[in-house]
Amino acid sequence: MATPQQQQSTLKDPVTEANVKPDTAKADSNLKLTARNINFFYGQFQALHGISLDIPTNKVTAFIGPSGCGKSTFLRTMNRMNETLRNTRVEGDLKLDGENLFSMDVTDVRRRVGMVFQKSNPFPKTIFDNVAYGLRVNGISKKSVVAEAVEKSLQHAALWTEVKDKLQKPASALSGGQQQRLCIARALAVEPEVLLLDEPCSALDPIATLKIEELLFQIKDITTIVIVTHNMQQAARLADFTGFFLMGKLIEINDTKKIFQNPGKKETEDYVTGRFG
Amino acid sequence: MMMEISGTRRFINSFMLALSGIATVLVVSVLFFILGYLLIHGASSLNWDFFTKLPKPSGETGGGMANAIVGSGKVLLLATLIGVPIGFLAGVFLAEYSGKSFAFLIRYVVDLLNGVPSIVIGIVAYAIVVRPMKHFSTLAGGTALGIMMIPIAVRTTEEFLRAVPNNLREGAMALGATKATTIFTVVIPAAISGLTSGMMLNLARVAGETAPLLFTALGNQYWSQGWLAPIATLPVMIYNYAIAPEDDLHQQAWAAGFVLLTLVLLINVTARLIIARGPASQRR
Repeated sequence: MATPQQQQSTLKDPVTEANVKPDTAKADSNLKLTARNINFFYGQFQALHGISLDIPTNKVTAFIGPSGCGKSTFLRTMNRMNETLRNTRVEGDLKLDGENLFSMDVTDVRRRVGMVFQKSNPFPKTIFDNVAYGLRVNGISKKSVVAEAVEKSLQHAALWTEVKDKLQKPASALSGGQQQRLCIARALAVEPEVLLLDEPCSALDPIATLKIEELLFQIKDITTIVIVTHNMQQAARLADFTGFFLMGKLIEINDTKKIFQNPGKKETEDYVTGRFG
Repeated sequence: MMMEISGTRRFINSFMLALSGIATVLVVSVLFFILGYLLIHGASSLNWDFFTKLPKPSGETGGGMANAIVGSGKVLLLATLIGVPIGFLAGVFLAEYSGKSFAFLIRYVVDLLNGVPSIVIGIVAYAIVVRPMKHFSTLAGGTALGIMMIPIAVRTTEEFLRAVPNNLREGAMALGATKATTIFTVVIPAAISGLTSGMMLNLARVAGETAPLLFTALGNQYWSQGWLAPIATLPVMIYNYAIAPEDDLHQQAWAAGFVLLTLVLLINVTARLIIARGPASQRR
């Protein structure tokens, strides 16, 4: 198991030169997550090099970059999902609401920081039980409470009207796009403060993608969203802030408009204009 | 460029094709041959009495094997209660918790255990159950067969759990489930049909074991006096009757063989039906 290391100085402004702070990130109460100098290793291979950035509360932050640039690895650091992999190690300082995320109880972290994966992964259970799963493992079993939370989550995930008459059907009977929305509903049921999405639409057609984008736009009032995407249009449509990763480094993070229209770095410009990647 | 295929090559080709075809027919017909043979020879003894009556004292004809049928059931139940939990939990450990090199070691040992001759397992059960208790018993027979079930139980559990896609585990853990909760509420349910049928095939495999029962469960002409008393089982009954001089007993042994084989086939077919309809196969 990787253990938290290096409780090193998190002084006022340790932000690296590559990292321009988003404007709204001035007051600390507006920051849900703050990362400072995150290094990550798969065995000997260093996948992340000194990542420092802030995730503002109730905004959508997107990470873009070519495959293997570390954006998913960084995303999975934020709910400590990487700890399930053997032979990995993380260094640096990551705070959730000012609290050291690496020293918190890991199940607590994952309840507060939800995750939706690239490939939809509904459990081989009914639609209802899928959404109720997170509540039940967190000790909520009162029927009325669970039923209410399931309905609310499915509504947030824009799936309620499609499934309300077949809650007891197996989740595998849903279409790909519906399954992914079910996974979002499942993540929302435990009322996470942050929702991490790892290329949630990469396996979906444009219409299913559009539905998910719409619902993400709706739910940013209730949760902070961080999305990894290969689709730059998606980042441009959805995100308030966009970070560009390249070869394990955060090249630049800024207002989405700025990143796409007037990036501060040559590499970012090359990438967003399609010159490589 | 056309190549002339010589007559010899043509001949060899059709000869080999015919040969493998005949072999295939043989494979399929062996089962039906055995079933038919058992039925023909045992049919005269295969009546209602066979299933409801106790064996007659030697010299008399008629009677049945009710005690052995129930006995086999009891011994197999005990074997399942001993072998399946141990093998299952070890399989869970192997699939979900152990590191690579340690898993390799366990797997190797389990495979060796699987290769231990059944008579040796019988001796072990004799040594650890019969000798301390000073008498043969259902418990001893169940222990012997239970030990025999462990290796397959371990390997089927491991295999079916490994077949569960990792993204289900991640999905559960990402919701705040602990590893143990994830395994017991998501991974095992996802593999349940495979696990069930694997265990049933395992049971079918040991149902016909005779050697380890000879000096553990021993056998009994009457109803068993309980879990700690000797008990009749179908395989041992077949063995005893087959080597007996009376022709009537030979007939009964054939009938018992037919019943045993039918039971094993039924378990097999049920197991395969379960696996074919399981949620695991729906998912892909």
